[in-house]
Amino acid sequence: MRYLLRRLGFYLITAWAAITINFLIPRLMPGDPVDLMVARMNGQIDPDAIAAMKRAFGLTGGSLWSQYWTYLGNLAHGELGRSITMYPTEVSSVIGGALPWTLGLVGIATIISYVIGTGLGVVAAWRRGTWLDSILPATTFLQAVPYFWVALALVMVFGVTLSWLPVSGAYSLDVEPGFTGDFLGSMAYHAILPAITIVVASIADRVMGMRNVMVTTLGEDYVTMAEAKGLTSRRVMWAYAARNAILPNITSFTLSLGFVVGGSVLTEIVFSYPGIGSVLLKAVENEDFPLMQGIFLIISLAVLAANFLADLCYVALDPRTRQEA
Amino acid sequence: MDYLTGSGAVHAVDGVSLTLRRGEILGLAGESGSGKSTLANAVARLLRPPAVVTAGSVTYHRADGSATDLLRMGKQELRRFRWKELAVVFQSAMNSLNPVTTVGSQVDDVLRAHDRSMSTVERRDRAVELLRRVGISADRAKSYPHELSGGMRQRAAIAIALALNPEIIIMDEPTTALDVVVQRDILREIKALREEYGFAVVFITHDLSLLLSMADRIAVMYAGQLVEHGAARDVHDHPRHPYTLGLLRSFPKLRGPREELLGIPGTPPDLRDLPPGCPFHPRCRFAVDACSAEQPELTEVHSGQWAACLAHGPSYGPVPVELSAGGSR
Repeated sequence: MRYLLRRLGFYLITAWAAITINFLIPRLMPGDPVDLMVARMNGQIDPDAIAAMKRAFGLTGGSLWSQYWTYLGNLAHGELGRSITMYPTEVSSVIGGALPWTLGLVGIATIISYVIGTGLGVVAAWRRGTWLDSILPATTFLQAVPYFWVALALVMVFGVTLSWLPVSGAYSLDVEPGFTGDFLGSMAYHAILPAITIVVASIADRVMGMRNVMVTTLGEDYVTMAEAKGLTSRRVMWAYAARNAILPNITSFTLSLGFVVGGSVLTEIVFSYPGIGSVLLKAVENEDFPLMQGIFLIISLAVLAANFLADLCYVALDPRTRQEA
Repeated sequence: MDYLTGSGAVHAVDGVSLTLRRGEILGLAGESGSGKSTLANAVARLLRPPAVVTAGSVTYHRADGSATDLLRMGKQELRRFRWKELAVVFQSAMNSLNPVTTVGSQVDDVLRAHDRSMSTVERRDRAVELLRRVGISADRAKSYPHELSGGMRQRAAIAIALALNPEIIIMDEPTTALDVVVQRDILREIKALREEYGFAVVFITHDLSLLLSMADRIAVMYAGQLVEHGAARDVHDHPRHPYTLGLLRSFPKLRGPREELLGIPGTPPDLRDLPPGCPFHPRCRFAVDACSAEQPELTEVHSGQWAACLAHGPSYGPVPVELSAGGSR
């Protein structure tokens, strides 16, 4: 328990550092979003309008210190400022609108990739020397191919040539959004291709990571002993070998869960998916600082949360971490 | 038993034939790499590729008189045989216990795998009883291996081995990783448990002097071959093979007359490239020309004591006094 509390304290400090850096970086750059807008309009705006815009964007001036406190105060209320691209929508509601799509698509695809990849890795290590060894080069090949290319190929084959699956959007425009069977079905139907892209692009890491650790674990005495005990192969493979081999992989999994929030930019663009990735791209294109800042903040907090989750998993799965070092 | 390597097969164990009688302790001694553990793992069918058994048999005689060859058992039959008849205690209990589950549950799963009729409570009681029998208190059943000391872990491993009351327990250097005091306690425990349960033990060690206090019979291996075996007393008092003599003389004795520490010069041979004739001759003090030409057969030198050395053959001349009943200790 003390271990977890200590970790939690560490993450709180890290989160504070991330927030502070997030605050500082845009302010260290010359100019501000309003100056940029003014520059774009060739300066044909009267000073009152500029002042009003600065107020609207929360650029009230004052010392860096007082700005910092205002920033923290706003953050505590969940206010991230207003987006420039989608003015006057608040950044928080832009992110709030995109985040569920990304979490749903990329999150579920990441979990699927992990479960299938880890399973394949376990079996490939257990039956090494058989045809299953060919999984490795096959998945590595798929990973080596640029994933947006995989996405385009999938769109070409299943979307355009065969017309089996939709090629863009998150749901059909002819269904009413809401918690209805129709809508959820349409969502799942639209998620198939992008999800496959993400799984294909990331599964080799999982297979390879798990297989390699598993092969090492299989050489451990406790696995030999489990076999000598006359346990079923399935039990030896999962409860003894895989159970231990999975520990190092938990970290990489939870970390990738953290990056889920950042979206899968290219996949979302190819499939015109309304997730964080597309929003981030739009923000970058339009120099929409408040929006970028908001997204980066959410990403860093998500990575921290994922790290904490990894620690929790470790404590749950590995009794050795429960002891004070 | 061969190890398949890039440069062809290595005969790790070759032409070894041993009998383990019911309830006896058979000591298996030899230097590292002499094939002791390979032999033991082959008997338990635990060899992993690249190790393969190319020829041979392991005949197990049940109490009811029926006999089976372990090497020809089917998967299911082997699974039922394991632990019920033949259990194994590995060298390092640090590594032979699953680090992520409790000691109790590691007793539990072997009970569950072999006896489906036992209830959860019965299994828990049995686990606690077994642990207590080897000197681990009941509340330790909920401990993880890393929470136990080295000696405790080895005791737990022995408790797990006892779970199904096996006929044979193979102990592969069970005390090598422990300090001498703990080592002595564990050896005493093993002997006491043997008295109580009546299982037979194959005790593997590189420490021949330790076997003298433990084993009923001793077999000595060198370069994958059996060089000498016989009753522990005989092997100790009158070693008939120069290698055994060297092993015995490489430990200082605490009691009795002073004697020269001989040791064995040189290093064990490369199994891929064994010297011709007797594999031990390059390191042997008594070697003659014939030793590099002729491979000695295992012959009965004394009643029940066998040695593979030309010194006991007709071509050698008088047997060196150290290798005869008159010499040594």
